[in-house]
Amino acid sequence: MPLTAADNPVMDSIINRYPRSRSAIMPLLHFAQSKDGYVTPDSIEVIAQKLNLETAEVSAVATFYTQYKRKPVGEYHVGVCTNTLCAVMGGDAIFEALKDHLGIENDEVTADGKVSVEHIECNAACDYAPVVMANWEFYDNQTVQSAKDLVDAMRQGNPPAPTRGPNKLPTWKENSAVLAGLNDGRAHEGVQAGEPTLLGLKIAKDQGAK
Amino acid sequence: MTKLTPVLSASWDQKDSFTIEGYKRNGGYKAVEKALSMAPDDVIQLVKDSGLRGRGGAGFPTGMKWGFIPQGDNKEHYFVVNADESEPGTCKDMPMLMANPHVLVEGIIIGSYAIRANHAFIYIRGEVTHIIRRVQQAIEDAYKAGYLGKNILGKGFDLELVLHVGAGAYICGEETALLDSLEGFRGQPRLRPPFPAIAGLYARPTVVNNVESVASVPAIVNNGVEWFASMGTEKSKGFTLYSLSGHVKNPGQFEAPLGVTLRELIALAGGMRNGNKLKFWTPGGSSTPLFTEAHLDTPLDYEGVAAAGSMLGTKALQIFDETVCVVRAVLRWTEFYKHESCGKCTPCREGTWWLVQILKDLESGKGEAADLDKLLDLCDNIAGRSFCALADGAASPIISSLKYFRQEYLDHLSNGGCPFDPAKSTLFELAQGGAR
Repeated sequence: MPLTAADNPVMDSIINRYPRSRSAIMPLLHFAQSKDGYVTPDSIEVIAQKLNLETAEVSAVATFYTQYKRKPVGEYHVGVCTNTLCAVMGGDAIFEALKDHLGIENDEVTADGKVSVEHIECNAACDYAPVVMANWEFYDNQTVQSAKDLVDAMRQGNPPAPTRGPNKLPTWKENSAVLAGLNDGRAHEGVQAGEPTLLGLKIAKDQGAK
Repeated sequence: MTKLTPVLSASWDQKDSFTIEGYKRNGGYKAVEKALSMAPDDVIQLVKDSGLRGRGGAGFPTGMKWGFIPQGDNKEHYFVVNADESEPGTCKDMPMLMANPHVLVEGIIIGSYAIRANHAFIYIRGEVTHIIRRVQQAIEDAYKAGYLGKNILGKGFDLELVLHVGAGAYICGEETALLDSLEGFRGQPRLRPPFPAIAGLYARPTVVNNVESVASVPAIVNNGVEWFASMGTEKSKGFTLYSLSGHVKNPGQFEAPLGVTLRELIALAGGMRNGNKLKFWTPGGSSTPLFTEAHLDTPLDYEGVAAAGSMLGTKALQIFDETVCVVRAVLRWTEFYKHESCGKCTPCREGTWWLVQILKDLESGKGEAADLDKLLDLCDNIAGRSFCALADGAASPIISSLKYFRQEYLDHLSNGGCPFDPAKSTLFELAQGGAR
């Protein structure tokens, strides 16, 4: 469903967050992805008109940032961290296994449109390595088998909940709306922290109890 | 045993620590009442006196940064938080914001009041949806409770706080690239001067602080300068989050006084996995020169790490044991810098590309010994010759690994390829038919 005049109230509310309208380019691009799944030429035009910019100016921004996609991704977009630490801890093996298991290459989508894979850079969860992201939700401490099970469940439309995230994995489009700053009411779902996050605090409390 | 000092992390084991109710139950939003009763200049002086230094990498004194904002200049001021946490190995701000986003909101209100800004932004990386939800909700709840918006707590101070979500660009963690990105441009660093304190967001005086720096302020306001300075070392005061990842038995977050050593932290993490030997580690992310076993007792504060030839950085301690090939590790980091180079400065854009080519040849055993000196020569022409520190960061792992592990590079050449088995470094046994 492309961006239309019906989306004007939301787009205006995004623009009104900022002292200067041009700052709204990034959330508007996330919002466009929540409609189409990727940044279409049409949505570039809508955003350019909205912000009184040239389409080239909006394109220049859209093509700079890797989270803006220029072609459709899967309903579930899977990112495998292959930066050094996760790669060493198993991310390389997981990424190779997923491509082989799904029969697709980096940045490709399965024929059923369900799953796409991408190798990603450090996602700030190194104490949970190896890390896999799905629609930018955390799947911590993955193995080759758990990652294969995850994408299999996605293809059956029933992925498990993220390790640290909402109770149910949202779709790519649903989460793109969250990145545009639209509250989906699910902030209270899921844990406040995983075990590695709490390790130092637990030891400190044990120290204090002694 | 090493004394841990949970302050930021103190409430994280409570299930509702991220809600406004949970935060207030733990004494949250008391500091903002206190700070808004003080003169703004006194708040700046308090943070100066505490000795708090930036927790995002550079270690610049936070209060001094606030003091650089010109006052009485009839211009808008902006307070911007850098929550773009993307330095490889760095994983402290994101778990903090997942467990307690309100402490950041409270720190922002205090900081904005101090520098006399009526508009603040949190620039958060885009790849962390659930953390974005939590911060967004915290902001909305703070508005409802009267901590944001018009006439906060009846003190006549107005503040609008906006969460701005990035879209996948490491360079936007660099403060001037962040500002360009926030203005709606490609995230590319600016030439300084002028510094953001004079011409930052929309060319107005702007403070850009790391999440952990700002989140440390409410505790300082509540407990005072002496309490804060009772922790840490002479020039590196206070507590901070150390993030251990990699080949330790139990990776995780450890909040300790500045100056703790890696030997102490590894002991808290249960030792090395399988009793393996420590080979190399980063003190503060991949952009800080590598350390080895020889640095286990280096005090992890700003001065101690610098004196030993590296940087405290983000205190992202990535631990690699003897199973890991240092050439593979460095090549992967170098591929990262090449990918993330914004392309503005030629030495970085072209240089990181050539570094990858040479390292690839070396890893596969196709290079030659003279390539090692070529790498160093290239690094010399990249580091310090670009607008921002990404180029310096790209050179760090290469220069430091050649300093400590030159022979291992040469072994790749004599061996005709990598002598290591990557399966041995993983957390799971690939040998079992790839099943786990």
